[in-house]
Amino acid sequence: MTNHVSPPVSPAKTTDKSLESLRMNIALAGVGGQGTLVAGKLLGTVAIKLGLDVKVSEVHGMSQRGGSVITYVRMGSKVFSPIIEAGTADFCLAFEELEALRWSGLLKTSGTMIINSQKIRPLPVLMGKAQYPQEIRSVIESAADGKARIIEIDALAAALTAGSPRAVNMVMLGALSIFTDIPLDYWEESVMEVFAGKPKLIPINLQAFHFGRDLVR
Amino acid sequence: MKQILLGNEAIARGAYEAGVKLVSSYPGTPSTEITESIVQYERIYCEWATNEKVGAEVAVGASIRGARALTCMKHVGVNVAADPLFTASYIGVNGGLVFVAADDPGMHSSQNEQDSRNYARAAKVPMFEPSDSQECKDYLKKAYEISEQYDTPVMLRLHTRVSHSRSVVELEDPQDIVIRPYVKNVDKYVMMPGMAIKRHVIVEDRMVRLAQDSSADIDSVGLHTITIKSQKLGIITAGAAYQYVADALPDASILKLGMIWPLPQDLIRSFASKVDRLVIVEELDPFLETEIKAMGLICEGKSLFTLQGEYSAKMIRTALTGEPNPASVVSQEILPVAPARPPVMCAGCPHKGLFLALSRLRVQVTGDIGCYTLGALPPMAAMDACVCMGASIGMAHGFDKATDGEASTHTVSVIGDSTFMHSGVTNLINAVYNQSRITVVILDNSITGMTGHQQNPTTGLDIRLRSAPSINLEELCRSIGVTSIRILDPVDSRLCQTVIREELEKDTVSVVIARRPCALIPVGKGKKEDRTVVNKDKCTACGSCIRMMCPALTEGPDKKPIIDWDICNACGLCMNLCAFGALTKGGRKS
Repeated sequence: MTNHVSPPVSPAKTTDKSLESLRMNIALAGVGGQGTLVAGKLLGTVAIKLGLDVKVSEVHGMSQRGGSVITYVRMGSKVFSPIIEAGTADFCLAFEELEALRWSGLLKTSGTMIINSQKIRPLPVLMGKAQYPQEIRSVIESAADGKARIIEIDALAAALTAGSPRAVNMVMLGALSIFTDIPLDYWEESVMEVFAGKPKLIPINLQAFHFGRDLVR
Repeated sequence: MKQILLGNEAIARGAYEAGVKLVSSYPGTPSTEITESIVQYERIYCEWATNEKVGAEVAVGASIRGARALTCMKHVGVNVAADPLFTASYIGVNGGLVFVAADDPGMHSSQNEQDSRNYARAAKVPMFEPSDSQECKDYLKKAYEISEQYDTPVMLRLHTRVSHSRSVVELEDPQDIVIRPYVKNVDKYVMMPGMAIKRHVIVEDRMVRLAQDSSADIDSVGLHTITIKSQKLGIITAGAAYQYVADALPDASILKLGMIWPLPQDLIRSFASKVDRLVIVEELDPFLETEIKAMGLICEGKSLFTLQGEYSAKMIRTALTGEPNPASVVSQEILPVAPARPPVMCAGCPHKGLFLALSRLRVQVTGDIGCYTLGALPPMAAMDACVCMGASIGMAHGFDKATDGEASTHTVSVIGDSTFMHSGVTNLINAVYNQSRITVVILDNSITGMTGHQQNPTTGLDIRLRSAPSINLEELCRSIGVTSIRILDPVDSRLCQTVIREELEKDTVSVVIARRPCALIPVGKGKKEDRTVVNKDKCTACGSCIRMMCPALTEGPDKKPIIDWDICNACGLCMNLCAFGALTKGGRKS
């Protein structure tokens, strides 16, 4: 059974005024089962530590069965809609190449997109009714015309090195963390809180997180 | 202390803080996590009911006996629970009683996008509509106060974006669970015409008082918020739509309703008088708009906005301001089209073998609600009709009687174990009694799959995963008079085909139980050493394994299959389908 017991979150710790004025929209695009929900939950935990308002919008049910899933995270002094509008994502983490293409419209000018080079071929491609697009990263890069940062990493390989293919989400968050002003200890404490119910998984996930940082430094 | 909770988790927390004693629900997206999350509060009795009607009736009983009770369902679940709801409205409550209805505009995981607000109006009960997780908790607690104060069941309407969004919630200490004394009162609790005639008067009076108090006391009854800014534009809204309005129209005056039925008419009139242009922003039906127009006020709503799907800040900005919407830095026009990624049956899914058999048999299939509804999509495309929970069996019986039995030689109904217990069994009794010739396949995967793996009366475990009596499907079918019952493993797709063909020829009701646990639950996990290996010498690249669309099996450059051992669940379906013996067990740990 799914664990719906949320770990207690320690209260906001920030005293840094620049962090209090932080305002970020982060989109997590992937395929059902890739761990975007946990990544969203972790970003929510980070936001609370920063003393920010936050909304994380998830996708459950039918649409999750190997389908395209999008998780939106919005943080700031006050957040209304849980949905990120087209052209307003500061960051777009694509856990899969085709999903990078599908959700690239969310990215705003001067935003950053981090793409995991993993390819998960959808049914129409497997059936030979559609082609999996080639060179997705460079296609997106030219469509952004130099006005956004498009990065590709092999998060799956890094996750496997850390000890589990399921840690792709932590690699992606590690890569993201390099481009934010949020200090490392906020991230590490959030990893430990999100996995508090499964302490065995903490070392693997922390390591995967750091591998993600190393990949983009 | 603050926590970041799903709207659904916040409802559960609210139930805990409000001293709720009992929760009885049937799972349904997007409501399921409420009852799952109740499990953590050990002092609350909770259960998975066989269906929403049962869950509601259990809650009504607990309320009459003096406990605060909760029942949660998805929007279409309210259709099932509508019978007890409408008369519980007359009875009122002893302990507080709340029905949670979770709507799904945009149909992320539903078969229609009906608007549950119509039920509050039709059943004459108050309804609250929260817009974030904090409000989920606050409004639920208020719902219990209102329920006891006004002697009425209360509905709380959720929305996928509220249920499945996490936001910050301030936790409070729980109230004690109080069981109120029960006093026999047939005038209140026994609804026969003589009593119900008097209760109806009380119901109408109650709704008038609620409407007045909702206007007069917005802080402790109505939970409305009024923001007066620009006089040029005033918006009346509630729930998820409020959040889009707040993003899109920072300068507009906004009346955000908390209790959305009955409407606070005086408050609405007063707000309307303060603005030049009044616009109602609500997803789905023009519920507020129709009522506000009936009050004689001039307003706009569905002339500007669609009746379908979810709204967005963009849609509202476009309709009401001349401002441009943000544009993506990635020019979408020059990008190649991203192929769709429809949901698929998982690797090792037990439904696949059965649906491949149905597909090969080219039979008509009346379907039902669950993961197996995906059998309607390619490559199986083996479903002709799917309506609602339990309908597959009744529809097949309808096919049978409409054709004097001819259709039953080539019609199969398919239904999952949980759906069968929900409302399939009554259909099967009807078919036996009325001497049908239908063939029913019960897809027994030992769990309620689509909603995320809840227990049900066939699984042998209760909601807290404690041992529970397990209903034996074959004994149940036998006891209601089914004479032909076959049990098979659906991974043997050829056997499925043979058995179903034999059963189709029989002139009585046949039941085939296709039994194999869901691949995503512990008992459904295959052994690593049983994963598929490909013998490339034997493989003729015929493509039959590729065409079944297992996520673990893809086509290599030589047209022969490649097995992804991280995904393969060792079900053996591909091995059974290979006519050349090229696919065998033997995948060691990668």
